[in-house]
Amino acid sequence: MTRKIVIVGGSMGGLRAAEQLRASGWTETITIIGTEPHLPYNRPPLSKELLENPGTVDAALDSVRFRHRGSVADVEWRLGTEVISADLANNSLTLASGEAVSYDGLVIATGLRPRRLPLPGPLRGRHVLRTIEDAVELHQELREGTRVAVIGAGFIGCETAATATKLGCKVTLLEGTSGPMQRALGEELSAGIRDYLVGQGINYHGHARVSGLLSAENGKDDESRCSGIVLDDGTEIRADVIIESVGSIPNVEWLEGNDVDITNGVLCDEHLRVVGTDNAVAVGDIARFPDLRNRSGARRIEHWSIPGDTAKIAAKALIAKLNGTALPEPAVPLPSFWSNQFDLKIQGVGSPNLATRIVELEGSAKTPQDGVVMGYYQDDALVAVVSVDLPADRQLHYRQLVKDRHSGLPQQDSQLQAI
Amino acid sequence: MKIFVDRQLCENHGQCAIAAPDVFRMNAEGILEYDENVDDSLLADVEDAQDACPVQAIFIQDQP
Repeated sequence: MTRKIVIVGGSMGGLRAAEQLRASGWTETITIIGTEPHLPYNRPPLSKELLENPGTVDAALDSVRFRHRGSVADVEWRLGTEVISADLANNSLTLASGEAVSYDGLVIATGLRPRRLPLPGPLRGRHVLRTIEDAVELHQELREGTRVAVIGAGFIGCETAATATKLGCKVTLLEGTSGPMQRALGEELSAGIRDYLVGQGINYHGHARVSGLLSAENGKDDESRCSGIVLDDGTEIRADVIIESVGSIPNVEWLEGNDVDITNGVLCDEHLRVVGTDNAVAVGDIARFPDLRNRSGARRIEHWSIPGDTAKIAAKALIAKLNGTALPEPAVPLPSFWSNQFDLKIQGVGSPNLATRIVELEGSAKTPQDGVVMGYYQDDALVAVVSVDLPADRQLHYRQLVKDRHSGLPQQDSQLQAI
Repeated sequence: MKIFVDRQLCENHGQCAIAAPDVFRMNAEGILEYDENVDDSLLADVEDAQDACPVQAIFIQDQP
């Protein structure tokens, strides 16, 4: 009888898992179950070029759908299908329809969903950006002169604010900390990018706490529609469109009731095997796994490169278990990320949030538009580099230094000085 | 196999040069250079490069 691996999650992580299972020698059945009705597509354009000019949902999908390796042509896709619970001890899943699905091996790749602001009030005009439908619907509201409030200045918030500005909207960007992308980039570069975004016409509010929503005035417009936001200091900001970009929540609820740790994503070992199970692995930004490179404990990484990186490790581990073969040494992912905002091309490698010290390696954080390279040091080891507008060959150079956890601060280091 | 990179899409991120350095290189100006005709034995590397490309600009023609 042929055995079956079920992948729960039909987005990039699910596709990469299937491809890596095939690449690692799994020739038996693979089923992918995903809630979205579409085959996997690339999400980064959703806040950038696709939001600027999506066309119809079908046209938008055509422009971002992932190509599949030939090896996964025989994978069974069950799209528009939700797994509502799992009995990991008995290798069984339950679908929303009530149907039970059994498996020999399980890949957990259900990813994240946007966190919503816990604010009562009008619903229309409130947006999040996660799916292709979200992007197409949001685009339809971003007209010349539309007042837009973007709540949350992480990567998605900043990119969305930039795109809305390009479309002629009057954009206010609000953030709870002082600077945009501050947690990811550190204070100095964040401050430089804030000034740049303001220079591009964005109205920036730091230390902003949203306490309520305004709705259209009675009789004048639809009461169910947002007309602005209220901050906790009483400031009112008028907005026709509100975009909530305040982080994400792992889709783990379907795993409740099993003896696994789902407090922040799914806790895994360094092979991406779910702790507490012997035939389940997790892939993508839902996986909380130990950072062997920096010995910094288990964490989730929400970068685009992570589904592919974790799929490679997880697929090998799951097949080793199912086939009783030796478990190879796990690869150690090196996260990489990028963000385009107006003319800024921000690129990073490594884990900047581990930094105990941040150093300007080239240029000035005050003027990111002129090019800058920031080094992020954990004690004296280089754990990340973030650059703006740096040619790729130079990025590869810095990537190698991060990979090596290059030690020595730049002023003491001839190699860095020579750059 | 034959490789094609859509230059309209390519933003010179350089991820392909990490995944498949025998096929893709970033020159001193930071611009991608690549081999169009590649031995089939490098398929796995090229597929990794395809996966790693943030803008999904790499195409394989005559896939083995």
